[in-house]
This record gives sequence, C-alpha cells and structure tokens, in this order.
Amino acid sequence: MLEVQSLSVNYGSRQILHEVSLNVARGEILALIGPNGAGKTTLLKTVSGVLRPHKGSICLDGRDLARLSTSQRARMMSVVPQARRLPETFTVWETVLLGRTPYLGWLGRPTEQDRQHIRAALERTDTMELAERRIGELSGGEQQRVLLARALAQDTPVLLMDEPTTHLDLHHQIGLLNLVKELAQEKNLATIMALHDLNLASVYADRVALLVNGKLDGIGAPKDVLTEARLSEVYRLPLHVINHPDLGVPLILPEGQGGRPVA
Amino acid sequence: MQRPFLLNFILLAAALVLSVAVGAVFVPPDLLARALLARGMGFAAPVEWTKTFEAIVFKIRLPHTALIALSGMALAGSGAAYQGLFRNPLADPYLIGVASGASLGAVMAMSLGWSASSLGMFAIPAAAFIASLLTVAIVYTLAYSGRSTPNTTLILAGVAVSSFTTALTSFLMLRSQGELHRAIAWLMGGGVLSGWPPVWSVLPYVVIGLGALFSMGHALNVLQFGEEQAQQLGLAVGRSRIIIILAASLATAAAIAFSGVIGFIGLIVPHVARILWGSDYRRLIPLSTLGGATVLLLADLFARTVMAPQELPVGMITALAGAPFFLWVLKTTDR
Repeated sequence: MLEVQSLSVNYGSRQILHEVSLNVARGEILALIGPNGAGKTTLLKTVSGVLRPHKGSICLDGRDLARLSTSQRARMMSVVPQARRLPETFTVWETVLLGRTPYLGWLGRPTEQDRQHIRAALERTDTMELAERRIGELSGGEQQRVLLARALAQDTPVLLMDEPTTHLDLHHQIGLLNLVKELAQEKNLATIMALHDLNLASVYADRVALLVNGKLDGIGAPKDVLTEARLSEVYRLPLHVINHPDLGVPLILPEGQGGRPVA
Repeated sequence: MQRPFLLNFILLAAALVLSVAVGAVFVPPDLLARALLARGMGFAAPVEWTKTFEAIVFKIRLPHTALIALSGMALAGSGAAYQGLFRNPLADPYLIGVASGASLGAVMAMSLGWSASSLGMFAIPAAAFIASLLTVAIVYTLAYSGRSTPNTTLILAGVAVSSFTTALTSFLMLRSQGELHRAIAWLMGGGVLSGWPPVWSVLPYVVIGLGALFSMGHALNVLQFGEEQAQQLGLAVGRSRIIIILAASLATAAAIAFSGVIGFIGLIVPHVARILWGSDYRRLIPLSTLGGATVLLLADLFARTVMAPQELPVGMITALAGAPFFLWVLKTTDR
C-alpha cells in the first residue's frame, strides 16, 4: 500500500500542492485527473523523489520513502515518463538495461539475472524483436512500450506513469492501457497514472483522483468522482456524462450545439 | 574479444610501431621488434642494433611515443565523458575551456619556478588539474540548463572562459623572463616534453582519471535520459557528475601539462566511435581511449615528418583537421 499523507509542495514561494492525501493498494490503478496546472505532474515528481515535499510524507507499506537512498527508492517505484526527447542512438536493449540501475554493481555490469529481467520485460511488452533497434527509429507507440519495459525491468511494487498515452493514436492508447491493466493485476502493482483523457481514466482506473489547483477535489470510483456538475465546474465547460453501454462506467462528452467554455 | 576492441588494438599497435620507427633516422620495424624482444627477455641485442639506434629508440622515440599515446588516450577518453556529461557531442576539452584552464594552471606553476625541481613534475599537472576544474565548473554552471546543454550556450561559455584564462596566461608570460618560452610552444599545441620523467609523472594521473571514467559508463548512459529520469532510475546524480568531472579533468589536465594545448582529438575520436559503434558509454569511453592514442600518434607522426627537419606542433595538425570536422558536426547536429 502506497500512502501519501498531507503532501504540500512549493516552487519557490508558490504553493503547487496543498495537503494532498491519497493511497493506492497493490494491484490497483489510480488515475490522476484534473485541468492543466492542477499539479498532476508535480505530485508524480514528488512521489518519485525528484521534488522534495515541503510538508507531508510518502510511505510504502509503512516505510517512509524520505529515509531511503536514491537507489533504494528506485527499487520501490519505477516511472514511465512521456516518450519525448529520448537519446535516439541508444538501442532498445541498452535502454531497458537502465531499468536495472538500482541493482547493478559499481562497474555497471549486468548479471545473468539482470539479463533475465530485461528479456522478461521485453517479452511482456512485445518489444523483444526491437531489442537491437535504436529508439530514435521507433514509433511513438513503440517508444512508450520500451519505456514501460524499462520500468518493468526495474521490478518495483509501485508504478508511476505520466500521461503515457499523450502522443499515441487510439489503437496504441488502448493497447498500452490494456497492457498496464493486465500488468497491474499480474504483478500486483500499485499504479498511479496521470491522464488527460477522462474517458480512458473512467474505463481503465479502479479509482480516480481529481486534482484542482493543487488540492485533492475528490477521490473514489469513477462514477462517484466523474459527475456532470463537478466536472463542468472544474473544466469550466458544460459537459454531459452518460454511461458506457457495456461497462456502465461514466463517459464524458462535451455539450453539443453552442457548448462553449464558460469563460 | 569483441571486434571493435580488437580492431582498435591492432590499429594502435601499428601506430605505436610507426611512431617509434619513423623519424630523421629510420629504424626498421623488424629489427626494432627483435631488439625489444631481446631486451625484454634479457638476451643480447641483434648485431645490426647500433648504439645510435639504442639511443634514438630508448632515449627519444619510446618516451615521446608513450607520452603522445597517453595524451591521446586522456584527451579522447575525457572528451567522450564530457560529451556524455554535457549531453552535447561538441563538448571537447579544448572547446569547453578546460584545456586553456589547464594551461593557465601549468603556466602559473612554471612561473613560480616549480618546473626546476623534480617535485615540479608532479606539481605542474596538479596545478593544471585545479585550474581546469575551476574552468569546467564555471562553464558547466553557465551552460547546463537541467535537461541538456544547447550548442550555442556551451560554445559561447567555453569561448568566454578560454579568452579569459588565455589572457591571464599571456599576462603571466609577458611578466616573466626566459623560463616560459615553453608556454608559447604549449599554446601553439606543441611543447611535448622529452625523456622518461614526464611519462612517469603523467601516467598515474591518466590511469586514475581514465580508470574512474571506465567505471562511470553505465552512469553516463543513465544521464543521457536527463536528470529526472536518472534519479528515478536510481542513480545518485550529483555524486556521479562530480566523479565524472573530477576524473575527466584529471586526465585532461595531465595530458595538457606535458603535451600542450591539443584540440579536437576529444571531439573527433568519440564522434567517429559513436557513429561506428553506438553510444553505449561502457564501450564508447574505452574505444575512444584506444582510438585517441592511435589518432594522436598519427597526427604527431605527420607533424614530425611533413616539413622535416622542422617539427610542427601536433596541436596545429589536430586543429587544421579538427576545426572543419567540428563545423561539420555543428551543421549536422540539430540543437
């Protein structure tokens, strides 16, 4: 269980997150949603240890992560960043190997066990046949799968993802999220995923957390958080919420005919 | 052994033999090999092996070759490391101002008269090391923006810092008499010291510096994905950076203190190695090190023979070949 308790983060004198508390169980996917600038990325960066919280704590199974070294922390959680500006000349194998960083000795030589983890991660993400290719030659969808493979090779109980579907077409968005859903269950991963697409969040997340202006506005099952009234206000836009014909989860649609932002 | 390494060892061996064999007096390589073998095994030298050969080879050419090879290793190996650190393929020790910083340190040490003592043999590279650390720290602070280093900022910061340190070096040279004629040769990229003492004093610095860099290959790979991802992957970013800067500057400073300001080796060799064998720094740094020795030996051979008996500074040759190469890299990297 990953527990975030009253987390506050400042950039200089500006407070970005105010007293955010939430938790994610093993095997569960929590989607972070909210308008631009709500603090989704800041929350992920703080949980992953890149930013220091001004107040509050992050614990995994009762252990305070602030007490861990960078390398110990990297054995607890892996991060799938957006596939942007990757060093293009690295091969897929070399990239996924970097997931083993917290386990390697000081010369950085991978052991047979490390290689097995890499192979398993490549197979699971269907990128084995790309192993010798350079990442600069791959499509956006393939790059995102390679970054997921790198996170799997890191072999952590917690997985953080920052807008993993942003530059992908619908086919690749669904493919990636299906894979994440399977992995979360199969490897019992506590997963936090920042998502812009409310419908994908609704379909794939077990729970969603709505961030507004750095505060947690609501957290719970999609049908409890993604309500017409709340979302219309938060996104400053008249919205319709209907039920998914098969899954029953809420789907969010912009209001037709003259549905303009309530500036 | 992996093929790129084997190829580089063969090329280096050929360059070493050429460098010892060719000069005002030609020493036939087969005779050279037999004489070296005999000496190594404790046999008597072959009959054709004259006293002249003995003196030329053991007193002049071997130490010269060793020093050039060590300098080429240090410059190319640390060039590859600086490029990884700055995440920019143009980060050459010369272009980022480390070289002029190192020469300022060395000239300062000489102007204090340290070179006369045998202690000076160790003090000069130490002074060059400290000065080059200061320069690289300044350039890094000016140019690094957190994610990567834009070409323009890197080069402008390097130019500004080198102009400043070069001005200080010139000032020191104007103020002093006699002692510093070597500094002039230095700044021209020549002034390789002769005899064995400089080889012995440069060796530990290069071994320690390059040895540390060889161990940082994986860390450099991780750093290519940016500071944030490096940290999330479990790398102690700050500590790794400091080790890389210290190690690369140590090797560079030692090379420059005894061989002069030699530019572009640290740019050309890693760049070609990257194109041929990829950008995995665990291989790139050792391959650049081997290639650097080969290329600098060949440049030095050219400098010694092209206008014989006049010897040109080797840095002049590397700059003549390297500057157009630099422009080509600048044109083809789109940042």
